This record gives sequence, C-alpha cells and structure tokens, in this order.
Amino acid sequence: MSSLLDANERFVALADAIAARDAHPGDAITSLRETGRAAFAERGLPHTRLEEWRYTNLAPLSGLSLEPPSEDGRIDRSLLESLATPVFACGLAVFINGRPQEALGGLPAGDVSLTSLRDADPGTAGRLVDVKQHPLAALSAATTEDGIVVQIPAGVALEHPVHLVFVSSSPDAPSVSSPRVVIEAGAGSRAVVIQDHVSVAGGHAHFTNAVTEVHAGANSDLQLAVIQREDDADIHASNVAVHQERDSRFASHVITLGGRLVRNDLNVVLAGSGAECTMNGLYLGTGDRLIDNHTLVDHAVPHCTSHELYKGVLADDSRGVFRGRVVVRPDAQKTDATQQNPNLLLSDGTEIDTKPQLEIYADDVKCSHGSAIGRIDEEALFYMRARGIGQRDARALLTRGFAAEILATLPGEALAEALTADFVARMTGGTGA
Amino acid sequence: MAQSTNSEVEALAGREYEHGFITDVEEERIPKGLSEDTVRLISAKKDEPEWLLEWRLKAYRRFLQMLAEDNEPTWANVDYPPIDYQDMYYYAAPKARDELDSLDEVDPEIRATYDKLGIPIAEQERLAGVKIAVDAVFDSVSVATTYKEELNKQGIIFGSFSDAVKEHPELVRKYLGSVVPYSDNFFTALNSAVFSDGSFAYIPKGVRCPMELSTYFRINANETGQFERTLIIAEDSSYVSYLEGCTAPMRDENQLHAAVVELVALDDAEIKYSTVQNWYPGDKDGKGGIYNFVTKRGACRGKRSKISWTQVETGSAITWKYPSCILQGDDSVGEFYSVALTNNKQQADTGTKMIHIGKNTTSTIISKGISAGRGQQSYRGLVRIGPKAHGARNYSQCDSLLLGDECGAHTFPYLEVKNANSTVEHEATTSKISEDQLFYCMQRGLSEEDAISMIVNGFCKEVLRELPMEFAVEAQNLLGVSLEGAVG
Repeated sequence: MSSLLDANERFVALADAIAARDAHPGDAITSLRETGRAAFAERGLPHTRLEEWRYTNLAPLSGLSLEPPSEDGRIDRSLLESLATPVFACGLAVFINGRPQEALGGLPAGDVSLTSLRDADPGTAGRLVDVKQHPLAALSAATTEDGIVVQIPAGVALEHPVHLVFVSSSPDAPSVSSPRVVIEAGAGSRAVVIQDHVSVAGGHAHFTNAVTEVHAGANSDLQLAVIQREDDADIHASNVAVHQERDSRFASHVITLGGRLVRNDLNVVLAGSGAECTMNGLYLGTGDRLIDNHTLVDHAVPHCTSHELYKGVLADDSRGVFRGRVVVRPDAQKTDATQQNPNLLLSDGTEIDTKPQLEIYADDVKCSHGSAIGRIDEEALFYMRARGIGQRDARALLTRGFAAEILATLPGEALAEALTADFVARMTGGTGA
Repeated sequence: MAQSTNSEVEALAGREYEHGFITDVEEERIPKGLSEDTVRLISAKKDEPEWLLEWRLKAYRRFLQMLAEDNEPTWANVDYPPIDYQDMYYYAAPKARDELDSLDEVDPEIRATYDKLGIPIAEQERLAGVKIAVDAVFDSVSVATTYKEELNKQGIIFGSFSDAVKEHPELVRKYLGSVVPYSDNFFTALNSAVFSDGSFAYIPKGVRCPMELSTYFRINANETGQFERTLIIAEDSSYVSYLEGCTAPMRDENQLHAAVVELVALDDAEIKYSTVQNWYPGDKDGKGGIYNFVTKRGACRGKRSKISWTQVETGSAITWKYPSCILQGDDSVGEFYSVALTNNKQQADTGTKMIHIGKNTTSTIISKGISAGRGQQSYRGLVRIGPKAHGARNYSQCDSLLLGDECGAHTFPYLEVKNANSTVEHEATTSKISEDQLFYCMQRGLSEEDAISMIVNGFCKEVLRELPMEFAVEAQNLLGVSLEGAVG
C-alpha cells in the first residue's frame, strides 16, 4: 500500500515535470493535463480491492520510477518498417514516445485531415473519457505530450486505412508516453484506422498509456484496429471510448500479442438508434504476462445492436482477465446484444478470470452471453496426428485456427496476414511445445 | 409418499407447533438491541455448554468489529435502507396466534391462494391457525412415532439444533462453523452470535435416509425465527434428501432473516437440499417484506461425494443468497438448480459458488430468473477451478425471462480457472416472453394469465423436476400465483 502511495506521488511529480517542460497555456493539451492531474492526484493508482481491478495488480507499474519520454534518434524508416509491418503508404502518422515525427510519417494527402492535438481547439480531447472513473486515463491525460486528431469529413469514404504507429523506446531509463488519439468520423463517412503499438527491443521498460476517443457520426462506418505488440518488459494501458450516433457502424479489433502487463478498457455508448457495434478481441499470453480486457457497451437507446467476441490463448504461466459488461437502459427496447469469451489454455500454469456480465433494464430485448474455458480438443489432435502431423505442429495449427476467427475479420488482407504470422511466431516461441 | 400420510404428518407437526413451543411462548422477549448480555442471555436460555457461549461471543466481537469497519456487504445489486441492528429483538418467542374455529373464518383472499396452490385442507387449517381436529392429531401421533422409530432404528439423528447441542455435543462441536466460519461474512457473524435454533441431521455410515426430511421441517422452519442455523452431516456412503420452506405465503414480523446452513458430505455421500421460499415480499409499492440474507454452503469433503442445491425463491422483498459447494474430495459433484422470481418491487441477488479443489470434480449450475413488474433480479455466481483441480468440469446456464418493461435482469458470473486441463462453460440468455407462444396458447382458449403461467413453468422445468415430487406441483402453482397481476 505504501509503495502505491509513493508511486502516486512520483507520478504526480512526473506529470508536473512534463507540464513544466513544455507549457503552452490555453491549448487543448494544457486543459487536458490539468483535469487529468486533478483527478489522478485525488484517486491515485487503482488497487485490487476495486471491483474493476480485482484481478489486475499494478505492482509492476507502481514499482517503476518513470522518466518523461526522451527522443530516440536511432529510429529510421527501415527500423520502422521492420517493427510495424505492413506500413501503409496512405495516411501514415508516426509517434515516437508519444511525440509526432513528421519526418517519418509523411502526413497524408487526400480527404482525411490529421492534425496535432497541439493545434486543435481546446476541448477537442477529453470529452468521452471520464477521468474520475478511469484512473489510468487520468494519469494519461496528466502526462500527455501530444496527440493526433483524425477527422474524416462527412460523406467521404477513405480508400486506404489511416495508419498510426506508436513506437516506444526507453534506452536509458524506464519512461512513459501517453498518446491521445481523437477520431471524428463525419456523417456518412467510411474509414479504417489502425493504431499500431510497437517498441524498440532492448533498453528499459516503457509504459504506454494511450487514450483513444471516437466520435462516430450518423450513418458513419468506422473500423478501428488496436494492435499491441510491444516488448515483453513493457506495460501498456489503453482506454478506447466510443460514442455512436444514429445508424453508425463501428467495429473494433483489439489484438494483444506483446507487453508484460496490458490493460485495455473499451467503452462504447450507443447513443443513436440503429447504431451497430462489433467488438472483436484476441489476446495471446506467453511467459508470465498478464492481459486484462475490460469492455462496456451501453445500450442507451432502442434498436441498437452489439456483438462482442473476445478470444484468449494462454500459454506458459500467463494470465488473462476478461470482463465484458452489457448494459441495456430502461428505454432501450429491441436491443440485440451478444457476447462471447472463449479461452484456450495451453499449459497448466495459466490462469483466466472471466466475468461476462449483463445488466438489463428493458424487456423487449434479445441478449446472450457465453464464456468457455478449455484446452485443445484431444480428438482433433488425434485426428491430425493420425495423419502424420507432429504434436507440435498439430497444436500450433489448432491454436491458429482458434485465433483465425478474429484475425480473419481484420480490415485488409495485408494486416491479417502480418498479424497471423506474428501470432504464430510468438505462440510457438512461447509454448516451447 | 402417499398424499394422505403426508397431510397427516403435517397435521401432527401442526400439533407440535401448538404445544412444542409453549415454553417459549411463556418466556419473555429479550429487550431490543444487541450486546454481549443479549448473547449470554440467549445462550443461558438454551442452557448451552461453555464452548458454545465462547464461540457465540467470538462471533459477536467479530460482528462488532465488522460493524465498526463498515463491512456490511454493499456489492450486491440490491437497494435497501440501512438496517439498525440495535432496533431489533434478537430473541423473540413466537407470537401466539388467535385461534380460529374453522376455515370459514379465514380471510377469503388467503383461502383462495391456498386453493390455488393445492395445499391439503389439513395443512390449510394449520397454516391459518385453525384448531386441529382431535382425531387427526391422534391419527398422526402414531404416524410420527413410526417415523421417529424408523429413523432411530437406522441411527439417523434428526431434530432441533438445541436438542442436538444437548444430546450430541461432540458432533455439533466438531462440525459447527467448519463449513461456514463465524467470520465468513457480516451476516454469518451476526447469525453465529445470536442464532436461536434450527435443525440438525446426522446420517450414519452407509445409511440411505428412507424419507424426505421435509415433512417434519415444514413446520420447524416457520417458527425458528430470524437467525436459524442448520447443520447436516452425511457420513460415508449415506444419502439424505432435505427440504426446507413452504409454498404457502408466510407473514412474519421479522424483517431481517440471516440464516446459516452448513452441509458436510463425506466419502460417497450425497446430500440433496431443496428450498421453497415464499416469505412476505412486501406490498405492491415495496413496503414491508422480508430481507432474506442467507449463507448456505456445503463441503464435499469425501471422494465421490455429491451436494445438490435446488431452490425456488418467490418470496421476500430482498433475497441475498448464494448456496455454494466446496468440492474438496476427488470426483465430487456439486449442483445448483434455481428458480428465482421477482414481482412488484422485489429484488433478488442470488446464485452460487462452485469451488473446485479436488481432481475430476464436476459442477452444474442451472439458474432461471423471472422478473416481472418492477422486480430486479441478479444472478451472481463464482466458478473457481484451483491449480490442483485437474480434469475439473463446470457447466453453467443462466436464463432470464422478462415480463413487463420496468423490470430488470442481470448476470454477474465470475469464472476463475487456474489449470489448463479443465473445462468451464457458461451461457446466459435474456429475453422476454415470446408473443408467438402467448398467441398460440390464447388462441387455444387459455386466458393470458394461464398461458403465461404455463410458459413460465416450461421455462423452469429443468429446475422444477429436481424438486421432490410432492413439492413440484405446489411449486408450479406457486409460480403462477406469484405472477398474478404481472400481466395486464
């Protein structure tokens, strides 16, 4: 407990140091930092006695003595491409330790507008995330250096995905970066946004504490892929908040392949009738990593649909946590909500704590959820071995098949292929089968 | 069991009510409030041994500590004003009711409910407090004696908790608090300090209890007061089926009921515990009604042992109840079958915990929730598979049915799995009653109420069939009666 208190003090000091380093009174970042700092100073880091944090102990984080992010000049285009494959030509923006690198990014032309948060109107960021409810989002706001505002104008359909790459690097000391992404999808627009988190191998632990706010306008169609494949020493927290207007369609894909401790919060508010939401997730646990996914979909109005499928593969001594909450408000009749959380456990040291949760206050609804935890099907394994496929290959193939349901839904073949290859490499490297 | 013997036994039990408690009725109430003196006084009134008083006092101190630390559980999805623990009688003798001369004097509304439930006349009379015909009493004395003899012959001990403390202190001392320690939670600490009475059953090795231990208890349960304590021990290879509660509506002066039930099953033993609870749910606006805060837990200590909980919860303003199984023995089995119904402003937060410790342990959870009016209903369950529980298996299914647009149904399942060769499955659905089904039934001449009652019974069938035969029919009718006024 005392270490947590120490950590809180250190983190507040860190926020002050970052704020003092480059102060720009009156801009969007300054107001974000101030509200974040106030909320974090009041509540501090969450502890396991809070229901939302019951299974996730932040000791690895509170033990770090974090420095403000530094520049790392070693990152060039070829290193970037090796880390973030495939790198899309259109709409690429690159951040190193939370700061935009225009030289690497090549900000795009065309219909989408990518603006630095520094240049955005005050109040652009922070509208969707309640920092009093989310302590790590409060810390993220307090320590943010910059962010990006992605605006897709009304009626525009983007041909290529917008690719945001966040590279973290802590060569000298453990450091923190808190990038903020704001996506504003105009009415009737269509786009794919990929938020790709990678890190430079070696060096010290890096804590990425990202917040993404999505405003999905009426009848817009937006896909967001959040990809986490950082170094095994890194800590990652991600908070994605989505607000959906009438008839909008939003799909999120959260793929977690790396990081020592990963906590994802995804909160979707279906605020306009006819809105549809798809939440897909895949997490791979290897070594002694912990991956925690918390999702909340709030059916606030009638005639909305939500479908959620989070799949987990856990190997070695890794741990998975899943909590999916579906809330149907009193007037939200004709809601159709489904939720699934199947988990595949590959070895005995693993642990999964899952809590699929329905809260329903309306009667004319169709809601279901399911959760399953099991091992590789012995019969399927036998079938393959009888056909001359070795134990190791058969297991890998079956696990890959289990994950394919999520990976195949990723927007764009190139991305699906690259992540499938990465998944298989990490999984076979991890199980040691 | 034939219906006639059944009603006779009930009539007898009614007689026991009349006389068995006379000493209690004559005793004064212990004044309101909770203090060490209250605990000592309760213990003294029951003439308890020193160790039990010590145990009560430890529980009392623990309760005080929890009260000071504000440890009253607030995590449940229920809403009620704070309880003043000093504004309660902790030892109140049952109230003597005004006796009526015949059923004709009973409130016609209550009689109509009895008829709908299909309760035999003799039991109706007992419930309504009508003087029971002398011949019926004489008749049943012999029946009861036969039952008692039969149980004794097989070495089964069954009676009130107080009697067990006097006659079999070694058994009580060995097992009391061994499944639910007094410090388990806020309400168990309170119960352990001030429990008044309850039931005790001991089934010796290899004995299959020849009858449901229900018929007796039907009467005991209603009058043991608000803090009851039940302890059932099934020795190796024994079997017992136990039923508590009653389908008839029960009016009760006590708002707070905090009971504790402990079950112990040793090698190859099986305990089947069924509950039908229909306490006063409060009026249409949620005024009054019982707070039913119960801790029930069974330990499958032995290999291949089995504990099965079946509950039909239709009463009480607030239900807070999680009958659980601790599956310690290898190959042991836990089961939980539940129907919970909330109407008007009732709230229920109920479910189970299945703690898998031994190898190849299996558990099944079937929970059916029906929410009508402005009722709020939550399933809250925990399935924990420990690291050494290799080959464990769990299947859970929680379905909710919604009737009306102001009610709610919620599901809070916790699944914690700590090894890779276990299988856990959880499924839940929530939906409203199907218009097509309703139309189909009504088109064939059923009234809307009958049609709904029929559909609800179909929805609950998997659970109702687990109830002992003589209770299943009453439970079915009970669901219909409890839903009255929900449609319209």
